[in-house]
Amino acid sequence: MNITTENLSQLSYFVGVENDRLAGLPSLFNSKSFIKGQTIVSEGDKQENLHFVNTGVVKIYKTSSEGKEQIIKIVRPGESFNDLAVFGGSFCPYSAQALGNTTIIYWIHKNDLLPVMEKNWRIVRNALEILSEQARLLLALVEDLSFKNVTGRVAKILLQNATPGPEGYQRLTQYEMAAMAGTAREVVGRSLKNLEDSGAISLERHRIVIKDRSYLDRLAGLN
Amino acid sequence: MLSKEMNRLPIMPVIDHARCDGCGLCVTVCKCGALVLSGNTVAILEVDDCGWCTDCELVCATGALQCPFEIVAPEV
Ligand code: SF4
Ligand code: SF4
Repeated sequence: MNITTENLSQLSYFVGVENDRLAGLPSLFNSKSFIKGQTIVSEGDKQENLHFVNTGVVKIYKTSSEGKEQIIKIVRPGESFNDLAVFGGSFCPYSAQALGNTTIIYWIHKNDLLPVMEKNWRIVRNALEILSEQARLLLALVEDLSFKNVTGRVAKILLQNATPGPEGYQRLTQYEMAAMAGTAREVVGRSLKNLEDSGAISLERHRIVIKDRSYLDRLAGLN
Repeated sequence: MLSKEMNRLPIMPVIDHARCDGCGLCVTVCKCGALVLSGNTVAILEVDDCGWCTDCELVCATGALQCPFEIVAPEV
């Protein structure tokens, strides 16, 4: 796959960098196409390449010892992942999986990237902004998962919306439930799975069927 | 009460064409072939294989694609 400076100028780290300063960079990059479901990096791997999504989309997630998955972020074209391992630690703190049918990933090794960064303040500034955004996102996730009873809030939202209106059943997306619960969609997805595992609800395609109302009441603090 | 006829029509995710920027990410993640890029937006076909994985909604950055859940509480 031929990578051009034009391709690189679309990547978050190189936004705003003059084209002639990107001239030597394409030869430092590699690329590979992944199919849907393929793992790109695995949590705990030694991995010193900074990855970028060129086309397609990537899911970043962590898996608990019981096999439960928590999505951390969806990475879209132009965005990076594995930044944390590249700038410190070397070990990937999460896994990344291709969600798109043809997901093309570019990567550059940190030993090639760091000398380029040393000579270009704009790339450093972009990197700092990206890392700070990622830190903010992770802190919000920590707050949601450890301090908020999101499953209880989701239980309450389901109970409050379980009465059909004049137009039939009430319909809510996971984004809407997340906004109502003051959390991220990724956390709502996990809460719904937890509720399903506990038998309180069942997910039947486009329906959430309430199976154990008293259990949801208790979780929601309603009795 | 839904008639048998109505029950057979697959309920599909919903698209808000005004918010769709035609990026095509939803199309690349969909396993069932229901989503088709058409000009600068996405058309949704009625297919039987959509399992409501909600991946299309998950990857849509503009909020144009939605997979709403009906919340059903059977009478006890
Ligand atoms: S992901 Fe969203 S914005 Fe992109 S084409 Fe699909 S519906 Fe439109
Ligand atoms: S819910 Fe899943 S299967 Fe259905 S249209 Fe969206 S991506 Fe395709």
